[in-house]
Amino acid sequence: MANEAVPLNYIPILLFMAIVVAFAVISLLIGSIARPSHPYPAKLTPYESGSPLFSDARVPFPMRYYIIAMLFVIFDIEFVFLFPWAVGFKQLGLLGLLEMGLFIGILLVGYWYAWKKGALEWE
Amino acid sequence: MVPVFFSYFSLVSILAGVLTVALPNPVHCGLALLTLLLHVAGLFLLLNAEFLFVIQIIVYAGAIVVLYLFVLMLLNLKTDERVLHHRYAVILVAAAAICGGLLLMALRSPFQGAKGHAPVEAVLQDGGSYAIGITIFNEYLLQFEIVGVFLLGAIIGAIVLAKTPTAVDVEPE
Amino acid sequence: MTLPLGDLVAIIPELIVATVACLVLVLDPITPPSRTHWLAWLSVASLVACFGITVSRMDATVTAFSDLMILDPYAGYWKLLLYVVTALTILLSLAYLRVERIHLGEYYGLILLSLAGMMIMVSAADLLVIYLGTELMSLSLYVLAGFKRFEVRSLEASAKYFVLGSFSSGILLYGISLLFGVAGSTRLSAIAAAVGTHGLDDPALLFAMILLVVGFGFKIAVVPFHMWTPDVYEGSPTSVTAFMAVASKAASFAAFLRVFLEGLGGLREKWYALFLVICVATLILGNVVAIVQTNIKRMLAYSSIAHAGYALIGVVVAGQAAADNETRALGLSSVMLYLAMYAFMTFGAFAVVALLRKGGLEGEEIEDFTGLAKRQPLAALLMLVFMVSLAGIPPTAGFIGKLYVFMAAVNAGLTWLAVVAVLLTAVSAYYYLRVVMVMYMREPDPSAGLVSRLTTSPALTLVLASAFAGVILLGLFPDPLVSITTSAVLPFK
Repeated sequence: MANEAVPLNYIPILLFMAIVVAFAVISLLIGSIARPSHPYPAKLTPYESGSPLFSDARVPFPMRYYIIAMLFVIFDIEFVFLFPWAVGFKQLGLLGLLEMGLFIGILLVGYWYAWKKGALEWE
Repeated sequence: MVPVFFSYFSLVSILAGVLTVALPNPVHCGLALLTLLLHVAGLFLLLNAEFLFVIQIIVYAGAIVVLYLFVLMLLNLKTDERVLHHRYAVILVAAAAICGGLLLMALRSPFQGAKGHAPVEAVLQDGGSYAIGITIFNEYLLQFEIVGVFLLGAIIGAIVLAKTPTAVDVEPE
Repeated sequence: MTLPLGDLVAIIPELIVATVACLVLVLDPITPPSRTHWLAWLSVASLVACFGITVSRMDATVTAFSDLMILDPYAGYWKLLLYVVTALTILLSLAYLRVERIHLGEYYGLILLSLAGMMIMVSAADLLVIYLGTELMSLSLYVLAGFKRFEVRSLEASAKYFVLGSFSSGILLYGISLLFGVAGSTRLSAIAAAVGTHGLDDPALLFAMILLVVGFGFKIAVVPFHMWTPDVYEGSPTSVTAFMAVASKAASFAAFLRVFLEGLGGLREKWYALFLVICVATLILGNVVAIVQTNIKRMLAYSSIAHAGYALIGVVVAGQAAADNETRALGLSSVMLYLAMYAFMTFGAFAVVALLRKGGLEGEEIEDFTGLAKRQPLAALLMLVFMVSLAGIPPTAGFIGKLYVFMAAVNAGLTWLAVVAVLLTAVSAYYYLRVVMVMYMREPDPSAGLVSRLTTSPALTLVLASAFAGVILLGLFPDPLVSITTSAVLPFK
C-alpha cells in the first residue's frame, strides 16, 4: 500500500481512543486496588429500596420495542443512502433528485403503511 | 504501521467472531458481535473506505446490535441454554477442514484480482462519500432503486409478522 | 447525464408490477376488510397488462441500463410463465385466504413484490442485480410463509426458510464477490471474458463456482440443499406453497441457467460433473423419500425436489462440454418446457389440496382423501389428472415434459441417465397413484368426520380449470410450446 493511502487523519482519533481505553482501565484498576473488599451475601444482592427482591430483573421486553427498532434500522439504511447523495448533489443535478425522489417515494409507501397499521403507536 | 493495524483488526475480528457463536451468555455474544463489527470497521478504514467505516459503525454497531439486544431481551434466553453442543464437534472439524481447503484453493489462484479503475488518490481528493455518491447514482442506479423496493418489502414484512397475531374475520361477499 | 427513458421503457413490465405492488400497499390500510378482494383483482389486471406487453416484445432482444438487464426471448418466456403462475396464485388465494381467515391486502402486495424480484432475476445480466432480485423474491416469500401467524407451524416454516435462505444468500454473495475479484465486474459478459482468459485452472474461479452452485442449489431445492423444503412447504399457507414450489423454482432455474451458461459457460466441463452427481442424487432421494410421506404437502414437497432433478437432466445436457450446440440447446429448451409443464400440474395439485377441508381445517393428510371420489367426484377427478401428470403418464403434460428431457439426454449420449430417470419415474408412480387409489378404491369412512365441504368460488373454478386445461392441452398439443421454447433458448457460443 502506498504511503499516502494510509488514513493519517484518523491518527488523532486513534490516540483519543487509546486515552479513553487507558482512562477506563486505569480508573477501574486504581479503584480495585484502593477500595476495601469485604463481600457478604446481603451486600451482593441487587438493591431494590432496601426491601427483598420482588422478581427476577430479567423480564421479557414487549414486542413493540422490536418493531420500533426494526423500523429504525430500515430508515437508518435509507439515511445512509441520503448522505453520499447530498455530498454529490451538485454534480448529480436534476436526475439525482429524481432518483432520490423515487427512492424516498418507495419508502414513504412503507411509512404510510406503518403509520396506518399503527406500528408507530406505543400501544 | 499498516500491517500492524491490519493484523490487529483481523485477528480480533476472527476471535470476536468465534466468541459470538461460542459464548454461553447471549448478551455476551451480542457484545462480542459488537467487537467484531467495530474491528471490521477498522479494516474498512485501513482500505480508505471511510464511508463504509462510518456506515459500519452507525448501522451495524449502532442500530443492528441494538435490535439484536432487543430480541435477546424479548426472548429472555437463559445463560445455560448452550448453542454449541459438544456432540457437534465432529461437524465443526469437518466444516473447518472444508473451509480451510477452499481458502487454500482461493489463495493458490495465480490471479491477483482485477484493479479498480479509480486510483486511491483520485478518490481521496474529493472524499470517499462523494465518489460513492457519484457512482451509486450513475452506474448503480438500477440496483439502488431495487434496494428501495427491497427495503419496502422489509418494512411490510416486519410489520406483518409482528403485528395483529389474530385471525381476521371477513364478512361474506 | 440524461434521464434513461429508453431503459425505462424496456423494463415497463417490471415497473408496472412494482408500482402496482406499492399501490396495493398504499390502498390496503384504507380499504375496508370486505373490499380486500378488489386489491386482488387490481393485481390480476396489472398482470394481464404485463402479459400483453411481454408477448408483444417476445421476439426482440434489448439490453437496458448499460447491460444490467437483458430483455431477450429467454427472459420473456420465463416472465410469461411467472405471470400465469402469479395470476393463478392470486385467484387461488381469494377463496383460500378467506376460509383461513388471513385475508389481508398486504398479501397481494407481497406476492407482487416477490414477482418483481423474480422478473428482475430472469432478465438480469449482472450478478449483483440477480442477487438483489433473489433477495427481493425470498424476502417476500419468508413473510408469506409465516402469513398464518396464529399457527405455530406456519411461523416455524417462515423462520426456517428465513434462516436457511439467508444462509444460502450469504454463500451466493461470497461466490459473487470472488467472481468480482477475478473479473473486476459483476456483469455476466465480463465474467465470461475473465473465464476465457484465465482458463480452467484458476482455483479462485472454481471456488466461486462451487459457492454459486451451493447458493442456487438452495434456491431450486436440489439434494443436498433440499432440507428446508418439506418443512417450509408443509407449514406455509397452501396458496403460498404453490407459489413457492412453482414460481420461485422457475425463476431460480432461469437465473441459475443464465449465470452458468452465459457467465460460467467456459467452466462447464467443471460444473457438468458436479451437476450430474447432484441430479442423480436429487432424483433418487426425492422419489424414494416421497414414498414414506403421509402428509400430502410433504409428499408434494419431495415430489418437487424430484422434479427439480428431472429438470437438472436438461441442465446437464446443456452443460455437456463434448456435445455440439444443437444438442445443448435441446437440453436447455427441455428444461424450459419441463418447468412449464411442472408449473401447471404442481399448481393444480396444490390447488386441490387448498380447497379440501376437514372440519374447518385443511385436510392435508393423504388419509383425508379417502373416498373423495364418492364425496366430491369432480375434485377427485382433477386430483387424478394432476397425479397422473406428475407421474408422467400420457396423455398429460407431465409425460411430454419428461419425454423431451429424456430425449435430450439420449440425444446427448447420456442414455444411462435417462434409464435411471425412467426407473425412478416408475418408483414415483407408486406414491402418486397411491393418492388416486385412496380416492377411488376406498369407501369414505363416515366416522372420520370428513366434511365434504369444499371452498369453491368462481375464481377457484377458474384456477382449477386453467390448471386442468394446461395439463391436458399441453399434453395433447405440445407443439406450440415446444416451438416457443426452441426459439427462446439462450444463444450458445
